[in-house]
Amino acid sequence: MSLSNSLPLLILLSSLLPGLAIFLLREESFRLRTALNLFGASVKLILVGVMIWGVFHEQVYETRWTLAPGLDLVLHADALSVLFVSLSTLLWLVTTVYAIGYLEDSPHRSRFFGFFSLCVTATVGLALAGNLFTFVVFYEFLTLATYPLVAHKGTPEAIRGARIYLAYTLAGGMALLIGAVWLRTLAGPLDFVQGGILGGMDHLDPWTLRWIFLLLIVGLGVKAALVPLHGWLPQAMVAPAPVSALLHAVAVVKAGAFGIVRVVYDVYGVEFAASLGVLALLGAAAAVTIIYGSVKALSQDNLKKRLAYSTVSQVSYIALGTAILGPLATVGGMVHLVHQGVMKITLFFAAGNYAEALGVHRVSEMDGVGRRMPGTTLAFTIGALGMIGIPPVAGFVSKWYLGLGAAESGAALWVLPVLVGSSLLNAAYFLPILYRAWFGQPPAKWPGGHTHAGRWEINQALLWPPLLTAGLALAAGLFAAAPYSPLEWARLIAEREYSL
Amino acid sequence: MNNLLALPVVLPLLGSLLALVWPRRADWAGLGASVAAFVAAGHIGAEVMRNATLELAVGGWAPGLGIALRADGLSASLLLMSTLVALAAGLYATTYFAEAQKRADFWPLWLLMITALHALLLSGDLFNIYVTLELLGLAAVALAALGGSRAALQAAVRYLTVGLLGSLAFLTGVGLIYAGYGTLDMVMLAGRVDAEPATWVALALMTAGLLIKSALFPMHFWLPSAHANAPAPVSAALSALVVKAAFYLVLRLWLDVFDVALSQASAGLLGLLGASAVIWGSWQAYRAERLKLLAAYSTVAQIGYLFLFIPVLLATEPGEARDLLFGALVLFALTHGFSKSAFFLGAGVILHRAGHDRIAELGGTARALPVTTFVLALAGIALIGLPPSGTFLAKWQLMTSAIAAGQWLWIPVIAIGTLLAGAYVFRVLGHAFGPGEGVGPSLAWARAELPALLLALVATAVLGLGAAQVWTMVVPGSNAEGVSL
Repeated sequence: MSLSNSLPLLILLSSLLPGLAIFLLREESFRLRTALNLFGASVKLILVGVMIWGVFHEQVYETRWTLAPGLDLVLHADALSVLFVSLSTLLWLVTTVYAIGYLEDSPHRSRFFGFFSLCVTATVGLALAGNLFTFVVFYEFLTLATYPLVAHKGTPEAIRGARIYLAYTLAGGMALLIGAVWLRTLAGPLDFVQGGILGGMDHLDPWTLRWIFLLLIVGLGVKAALVPLHGWLPQAMVAPAPVSALLHAVAVVKAGAFGIVRVVYDVYGVEFAASLGVLALLGAAAAVTIIYGSVKALSQDNLKKRLAYSTVSQVSYIALGTAILGPLATVGGMVHLVHQGVMKITLFFAAGNYAEALGVHRVSEMDGVGRRMPGTTLAFTIGALGMIGIPPVAGFVSKWYLGLGAAESGAALWVLPVLVGSSLLNAAYFLPILYRAWFGQPPAKWPGGHTHAGRWEINQALLWPPLLTAGLALAAGLFAAAPYSPLEWARLIAEREYSL
Repeated sequence: MNNLLALPVVLPLLGSLLALVWPRRADWAGLGASVAAFVAAGHIGAEVMRNATLELAVGGWAPGLGIALRADGLSASLLLMSTLVALAAGLYATTYFAEAQKRADFWPLWLLMITALHALLLSGDLFNIYVTLELLGLAAVALAALGGSRAALQAAVRYLTVGLLGSLAFLTGVGLIYAGYGTLDMVMLAGRVDAEPATWVALALMTAGLLIKSALFPMHFWLPSAHANAPAPVSAALSALVVKAAFYLVLRLWLDVFDVALSQASAGLLGLLGASAVIWGSWQAYRAERLKLLAAYSTVAQIGYLFLFIPVLLATEPGEARDLLFGALVLFALTHGFSKSAFFLGAGVILHRAGHDRIAELGGTARALPVTTFVLALAGIALIGLPPSGTFLAKWQLMTSAIAAGQWLWIPVIAIGTLLAGAYVFRVLGHAFGPGEGVGPSLAWARAELPALLLALVATAVLGLGAAQVWTMVVPGSNAEGVSL
């Protein structure tokens, strides 16, 4: 039992055990629950810090547990998993603080925070999964852990949204499962290896591999909300704001996108996948999704729905970066995994604040919110500008590298129009919101009715998280070239994937 | 130490007699015997892990003349499941039956059923198996009727008729075998059996009898009403254990004794029936309006999965690949036993509390009975076959082997069955999470919820994370590695 074979397990347990303990707490034990939550999140953060340092210095961390003969549950740290683990750990901590403030007096908090911790456990498990089997296990586990969160309010709409979510994700999970089982019968244990494993297996029939790729991508595409598999995402908006924030930034959609990255780079190998021709398919799906999501976002008046369609669009940048062969596009896709998370969580925190403080749920009600809630609106503005891709916010860096990568690989002809078009569309659905918020005339009475009499515009636990994540989004763009920045880390991954 | 083998039979029988002559202390006799049988089964399991098979010739008579008891990995693991499920369900029964008189009626019959089941699992001889099968069926019918409602009595009478029909077919087959080979000892038979018409007829008769008793589609018609109308602890045992006894015998006959006389086509037929059971049972479970009926139809579907293993097993070359699949089959049966019994006990808690088990009126259950809702969710995960349950691993292996054997037909069957199971489980959970006062006000954690929770945890966590032990037990000399931390 040394650190090198226990660290991944400890990282998993640092949210699993507090989560299980929280289930047993009574509703009233507010302090103990908060302490457990924050303790778990902080321990995880420290452990992940150790892991970042170690992986940078080429340490090997692996926990292995034999579930059945030939089926190992493997938790393994490599540069890519560390990228995702750090994102989820950091944002989990922030979202926990936010959720504690958000759910202050609502019922079933023990249940909520219990599943919340399980959800993060599943995400971290996905990030650390060392083979496709382990990935499938945590992928299904994530579905189970998020269902109660989506259904949390218990209203008929919430139950319905959760049911739709479940129908999509279970069906997707089944496609992934069949693909994984099939591939395993052909190619053995399917450990994730940088550079892929299938390229060296000449005996495999290319058409079989194409069909399996399709099954895997359909399974992952449901969570990644690739069109036409995205139908659950706008329905899942009924969840409480912290859940939406986590779902859109870290947990569910990211799990799908991360899985696509894993399958392309570490199972098929990006060059082998390109030679099979399947990357073109993935690229086309991503391009369609990017444009479609943006177009749909334009017409949504409900703020959270507009953000949801924006997620549909933005997450596919990751798939797009994956589908373009070449290290620069890889960097763009990988770094967007982090950038999109930080920016989108900011936007959802802000949307939650508007709903909580003012009862504002619709874009058309947002006139003058900037004057009433300047801090929240500042954070929202930074996030929105980042989504459009305006420098120096992080989103610009992602798009820049995607564009460079497209030029490098010769795919510029179709990628650049997609990038430009989607940026214009992003501007078209975000800028009017910003204009309304800052320059619109605030109504005499907000829809929520109740007036807030405090020093701050809203409870501090709700104010600081969006400001912090907005700051991160800004910093990730401003200091993109600093060591350990998301961009530098994405470069490290690309170097290792392409063995540069 | 092989006298150990007699204990799982003798102890419940002793308990049954004690409970009968001393009704006021029936609870103690029953629970004491259940715990003792569980400990004995644990010892047998440990011995089997070390020595592969145990054998006991009762009274010293050689097999073929006397009664031979045998335990291998398959019977030992089922025995272990049976004792643990029986213990938990018995514990629940002490709270389920409020009146002492009911419990005094319950315990002797219950322990008799357990005795018969254990004797069946340990018997090495076809005639003894017939006797235990008959005894098991009769005890089960009496227990199913214990509820006393008109519906329960009607269902029990039908259960009895069908059960007798099944035993009769089985006995006829046994008679033909004795006439043909002069022995009923299964080990001796295995060496002598030839592929000839008389054997086929005998095997067909025995199998038909067992298929009726294991409620394989389309012979499942008697199961839903019998299982749904029995008292909850009895339903748990009927669905988790009794049905599986008949399946266990099919497995014994087909894999160990008559494997030379079989064709792939007959196994394919069983597989097709199993596939139909998966689809039909899951669909009916999805449409069921009552929780216990849902659970009963879910059993029809899960039995179907067990039969899906048979054609794939027979198509897989003996050796490592087949051992892997066989272990998965046992894992599936065990996980279903624990999850289904947990589900029935949970349903019993709700039924007691709300006075009904109509799914559409379960609103508010998650608030009023959080532990029981959690039990239904955990058991449901195992019924669907999601991780971390044992069913997930078993289905993974089944699909792997089916693909390797080129039997692609089963893949969509498993996929559809799994998704339908997801639909019926989450239909219940959706209502339970919904608004309403259907099950009354919230209460603190109750003793009645504990046994179900235990069973559900075994199905999902223990059998999922510790599944490698199942292969160690079932496959002699398997090299499943344990912890490598």
